[in-house]
Amino acid sequence: MKGTEIIVKALKEEGVDTIFGYPGGQAVDIFDALYGEKEIEVILPRHEQALIHAADGYARSTGKVGVCLVTSGPGATNLVTGIATANYDSVPLVCITGQVPLGLMGNDAFQEVDIVGITNSICKYAVTVRTREELPRILKEAFYIARTGRPGPVVVDIPKDIQQAEGSDAYPEEVNMRGYKPNQSVHVGQIKKAVSMLKRAKKPLFLIGGGVNISGANEEMRQLAETTGVPVITTIMGKGAIPSDHRLYLGNIGIHGSYAANHAVSECDVLFSIGTRFNDRITGKISEFAKNAKIIHIDIDSASISKNIVVDIPIVADARLAIMKLLEYVAPLKNEKWVEQLLQWKEEYPITMNNYDGLTPEKIIQYINNHFESPIVTTDVGQNQLWATQYLELQSGRHFLTSGGLGTMGYGFPAAIGAKIGNPESTVIAISGDGGMQMNIQELATAVALELPLILIVLNNGYLGNVRQWQELFYQKRYSNTCLRYRKSCEDNCTDKSKCCPKYTPDFIKLAESYEAYGIRISKEEEIARAFDYALGHKNAPTIIECVIEREANVFPIVPTGKTLDDMIMD
Amino acid sequence: MKVKKRYISLYVENRIGVLAKISGLLAGKSYNLDTLTVGVTEDPAVSRMTIGLTIDDITFEQVKKQLNRCVVVIKVIDISEVPIHKKELLFIKVSSCTEKDKAEIFRIAQAFELEVIDYDRKNVMVQCVKTEGANNDMIALFNDIFVNRIEVVRGGSVAIEAISTRSQ
Repeated sequence: MKGTEIIVKALKEEGVDTIFGYPGGQAVDIFDALYGEKEIEVILPRHEQALIHAADGYARSTGKVGVCLVTSGPGATNLVTGIATANYDSVPLVCITGQVPLGLMGNDAFQEVDIVGITNSICKYAVTVRTREELPRILKEAFYIARTGRPGPVVVDIPKDIQQAEGSDAYPEEVNMRGYKPNQSVHVGQIKKAVSMLKRAKKPLFLIGGGVNISGANEEMRQLAETTGVPVITTIMGKGAIPSDHRLYLGNIGIHGSYAANHAVSECDVLFSIGTRFNDRITGKISEFAKNAKIIHIDIDSASISKNIVVDIPIVADARLAIMKLLEYVAPLKNEKWVEQLLQWKEEYPITMNNYDGLTPEKIIQYINNHFESPIVTTDVGQNQLWATQYLELQSGRHFLTSGGLGTMGYGFPAAIGAKIGNPESTVIAISGDGGMQMNIQELATAVALELPLILIVLNNGYLGNVRQWQELFYQKRYSNTCLRYRKSCEDNCTDKSKCCPKYTPDFIKLAESYEAYGIRISKEEEIARAFDYALGHKNAPTIIECVIEREANVFPIVPTGKTLDDMIMD
Repeated sequence: MKVKKRYISLYVENRIGVLAKISGLLAGKSYNLDTLTVGVTEDPAVSRMTIGLTIDDITFEQVKKQLNRCVVVIKVIDISEVPIHKKELLFIKVSSCTEKDKAEIFRIAQAFELEVIDYDRKNVMVQCVKTEGANNDMIALFNDIFVNRIEVVRGGSVAIEAISTRSQ
C-alpha cells in the first residue's frame, strides 16, 4: 500500500468524513488518493489561512478533530496563524503538510520550509515523518494527541517520497507513547478538599472557562451551580457553560466583563475556577485579582495551574470528570445574602448600548437572541467580538466560536463555513467587523460553491473600531491608521467626522453579488427584521447583512490596562 | 523571590529536532538557562539532557510543567534537592607562554588537580573536570594570571543522581 493510501485509510479509521484541503506540488499525490473517495468530502477554501479556520470552526462546533491538508512551503506557512489560533483555544486539529522529498530536505528546495521548526512553539505536537514504516503510527498518534488531554493542533509533515513509497497497510489500533499520557482520572482527595473549602466559604464564586465547553460538561456544570447555589461567571471561552439566562449566571469577567462579574471576583472569598488559564484579559492587574479569595483550580493542563495566579487547591483533571466527581460530594450552601447582592448588581448594572441611537450591535444581537433557536455564532476579533460576548445569549457550549486566546482577525467568516459544514441543520451566523471581514473575504467563493446559507453580519463603522476606541480613550483621539475610509487625498489629522468622508470600499453588497452571494445594507433599527428575513430567504447561498453603525460606538464597560477588574469605565 | 541554581535531568526521544524543541520552548517562554547538555543514553532511542538554570521557585515549577507536557519528553526529574554527582569538562588553552608561565601552569595543575593534555613551545592546554562553580574559579584564576591569553571551552554540567547519599 502506498503512503498516500495509508493516509486515506487512517482518515477513515479515525472517523474523518470531511477534510479541508488546498492542493499543491507536494500534496498532489494525497489529493490523487482522495479523488473519487466517497467517504471523505474534501472542502476547497480559497486560502490556506481560511482553510484552517474553517477546520477549526468545524472542530469547535462538532467536537470532532478538524483535518487540514496542504502542500509544502507557502501552503504550510499559511496555516501558521490558524495553528496558533487553535492552540490557544485548545481546538483539536490534525494538519497534514506535504514536504519535499527526504533527499531534498535541507537543500532549500522549491517550496521547502521547515514547518515543524516554524510551528513547534505554537502547536501541541509537530513531527516530520521520516520513514514509510512509521507513517501509520505517527498518524494514529497525531489524532490521539489532538483530541485527548487538553486538545490542540498537531502538524504531520510528510515528504513526497514517503507518500509515494509502498509499505504495510496495517493501521495501529492502539497508541503507546511514553512521552504522552494524558490525565484520565480525578484525584478524589483534592476534590474533597475543594468541597470542604467551598463549604466554609461565605462568598463563593464559580469562574468557568473554555474547558467546560470543550469537555462537554455543560449539563453537569448547570447541576453543580444549581445544587450548590453558587453564582457563575465565565470567561469568553466559557460562555455558554451554563445558559446565559440562568438565574445564577452573572456574565463575563474580564476587561470588557460585566459589573457584577468583575465585582464578584474582587469580593468573593473562594474562587472555584474550572478550565481557564487566568489570561491577562480576564485578570486585569494580576496582583489585585481575587485578592480576598482562596482559589481552587481544575484544569486538564497542569501547566495552566499556578502559572499566572497562585492556586490553593489544584486539581489536574478533565472538567467533566471533575465536575461529575464534585456532584457526588457537594450540598446546597447557604449564601443567600451574597447571591442576592450579586443579583442586585446584575440587575442594577446591565451592559447596554442605550447611549447610542438607531442601529446598534446590541439590537442586532438581541434580534438573534429573540428569533433564532440555538444558532451557531462565530465572531471575528475586535468590537464585533466583544459586543457578541456581551449581548449574545447561549443555551449550551459549542455554539459560540471566537478566537479568544490569539485574537485572530479574519477568523469568523471561515469558521462559520466550517461550522455550517459540520452542522448543516443549524443556523450559522458570523458577526464580523468591516476590517476582519476583508481578511478572508475570498471565502465568499467557497461559501457560494458549497451552497451554504450563512448569515454574514458585517458591523461597518469604517474603522478598525477596537483600536480606534483605544486611541479615543487612551491616545488623545490620535486615530493612527484605523480609519478604513481613508484616502490619500484626506486631510492630515482629520478628527471631524461630521464632514463628508470618502465612500467606503468595498461596496459589500456589490461584492457579494459579484460572488453570486446576496447582500443587504441596513442603517436603521427598523430594518433589522427585514434584513434577517431577506437572508433566511436564501437557502443555498450566503447573505451579507451590512450594518452601518455609529462610527465611534464604543465597547463598555472597559478596564484600562494595568487597572484592577473593579476599576471599570462604565460608559 | 529567591533565585537559586537548579538542575533538571530530562529524558527525551532521541530524534531530529528534539534539542531544538526543548531549547526553543525554554527560549520562547523567556526562561534563561545556564547550561544544557545532551547525549544518548544506554537506550539509543533515548537521550538525556542536563539543564542548569538560575531561577526562582515559581518559574522553576512552570519550567518543569512546560517540559512535562512536551510529547517528546519522556521524563522530567528535578535533581536540585537530591544528592547528585555533577561535573563539567573545561579546556583552557594559554598562548604566548614563557618558560616561567609554563612552570606556573604546571604548578596550578598540580595544586588543583588539572591535567595538562597538550603543549608546544608557546602554548599549553589544561583539562579540568570539576563542578561548574569550580570551573568558574579556574577560569577566573587563569584570566587573572594570563591576561588576554587564554581560550576557554566548556561543556556544561552533566549530572546524575548519587547512589549513596554522598554527592558532589
